[in-house]
Amino acid sequence: MPELRKAKEPFRFFTRLHVSELTGLRASTLSQLLALIKEVSGSSIYHHTHRFLQQHQYLSPEPPNDFAYWVTGILGEDELGERLASIDTIQFSNIRSLREKIIETIEDYLRNSPLAKLKFAKEGEEFHFVKSVSFILPTNFMAYDLREFVDILKKITIDSIYFHVFEARLRLERGTNDFSYWIETSIGDKELADEITKLDPYTHTLEDLRNTLVRITENKIT
Amino acid sequence: MAKIEEYIPIVGQSVIDDLRLIAEKLKGKVIQHINSTSVGGGVAEILNRMVPLLRELEVDTRWDLIKGGEQFFEVTKKFHNALHGRPEEITQRDFDIFMEASQRNIEEVNIYGDIVFIHDPQPITLIKKKSNNKWIWRCHIDVSNPNERVFRFLMNFIIQYDAAVFSTPAFSRKLPIRQFLISPSIDPLSDKNKDLADDVINGVLQKYNITKKNKPIVTQISRFDRLKDPQGVIEVYKQVKKYTNCQLILAGGSAMDDPEGAKVLEEVRENAKQDKDIHILKLAQNDIEVNALQRASTVIIQKSLKEGFGLTVAEALWKAKPVVASNVGGIPLQIKHKYSGLLCHSIQGAAFALKQLLNSPAYAKKLGENGREHIRNNFLITRHIQDYLLLFLSLYHKEDVVYL
Repeated sequence: MPELRKAKEPFRFFTRLHVSELTGLRASTLSQLLALIKEVSGSSIYHHTHRFLQQHQYLSPEPPNDFAYWVTGILGEDELGERLASIDTIQFSNIRSLREKIIETIEDYLRNSPLAKLKFAKEGEEFHFVKSVSFILPTNFMAYDLREFVDILKKITIDSIYFHVFEARLRLERGTNDFSYWIETSIGDKELADEITKLDPYTHTLEDLRNTLVRITENKIT
Repeated sequence: MAKIEEYIPIVGQSVIDDLRLIAEKLKGKVIQHINSTSVGGGVAEILNRMVPLLRELEVDTRWDLIKGGEQFFEVTKKFHNALHGRPEEITQRDFDIFMEASQRNIEEVNIYGDIVFIHDPQPITLIKKKSNNKWIWRCHIDVSNPNERVFRFLMNFIIQYDAAVFSTPAFSRKLPIRQFLISPSIDPLSDKNKDLADDVINGVLQKYNITKKNKPIVTQISRFDRLKDPQGVIEVYKQVKKYTNCQLILAGGSAMDDPEGAKVLEEVRENAKQDKDIHILKLAQNDIEVNALQRASTVIIQKSLKEGFGLTVAEALWKAKPVVASNVGGIPLQIKHKYSGLLCHSIQGAAFALKQLLNSPAYAKKLGENGREHIRNNFLITRHIQDYLLLFLSLYHKEDVVYL
């Protein structure tokens, strides 16, 4: 077994817990949805593009964001729904640019399909804007090498993995996920760091993502 | 009563560790819950489980009741129905009765919490006692289409709170105060939801003279309340019975703050008396019996016209039972149509869905299994406790990303 490199700085696992705050804003038509997407806070855009990852973690790896789900299921605009669902979230480094992409996608569609403006959701099926309020707090887990890192990965909550992979990168605009950053700068293993950066976490369920991270890290240390 | 450690095999050690981490941040704060009844109904049920668990997490949590009286509860039941959108004649006298009883409570209820957590409209006027502490109003009712006169009346009080909590987004509206989305939950270790041995289940069936023999059991567990549409359930059963020989159980208890229940029960009994395969059971407060009846059932139905949330759906899904339920209130949050149950909008739709489940047991089984996982991830009491702890902390932080 190769000797493990000690980290320059230990990796402290944080967790992110959230509570959903209602905005009272609702849309019945595509035009209203578009107007509100432009207006609501980044925390609301974040909520509706990431909620599924945590609430339906067992369901499917597909990230059906709330906008896509509503446009397809309630307005019956399947094509727009598909375009919204397939926005490649991993390409965006902040909520602002993700929001712009969603706006551009809906505006493009409306230019070519003006009749879509006439569709409306019946009472009770409106789109309700919600936002995520995140609480970030340190856990008691710290890793000083990759063995400790992988052992903690196996038992930490999915909320912690979620925080270091999704929230840190996009919402806190750290550019990359926290695991890759630590492995590259503190352990000095750029290859493993790149391998983790290359994962598209949006196409995994959170448990799958945990297993994948464990597997590729274990491959390096055994 | 279950200890917090006993939830570890169900939700994992780390979930409980996280609860302890957040609970620590609330040290020194006293949380005071106030509602109108300690027995019967979803609010009392949740508080009975949650208060001891919060205390075990060392969050100083206490629970007080307001006093009502028959007239007051008749009025609050009318309010309840009106908020659910049912036609109700509300008179000035009703508002006067409400305010008179409320005034007595304002004078008598001792407020000592750093955070005062008021449940539902009955104690809502206590906000008049607000001082430097934080006040939350928890709405457990489906107010997506309320009687506007009653809602406007309540709004005078709601806007004085620091925050309001609703069970689904559809119940929210633009308010000048913060609003949070928190779904209620079930307790997997309570008498109502824990695993039961077969002989306990069979004993309960025997007690009520129900035999399973080749006749699938369809059950709705609910208070006898028009909004739960027990007559509609009988109609669904009758439509299905033409093709599939099944039996129906309508079982429920009564809540102290629901004076209308006895009348509805009588009407339902009258409608069912010709059919020996319909079992109308008025249950005393006995959660083991509810649990046993759900577990003995082939399919669970919840054909409510309105629902605050509809936790009986979560209870059934936790037991991996296939469910047919109305697409109202919080039910669509619990059931993803055709994945973890079947949603319906009418008697005909419910009858069609029920036939499908009775005739396709493999499909029904899959829906039940998916449903159980969905409940595990989103509707167990541990998630609910976490939401409440975060809600309490939110009252002291205005930002969207909070570092603790």
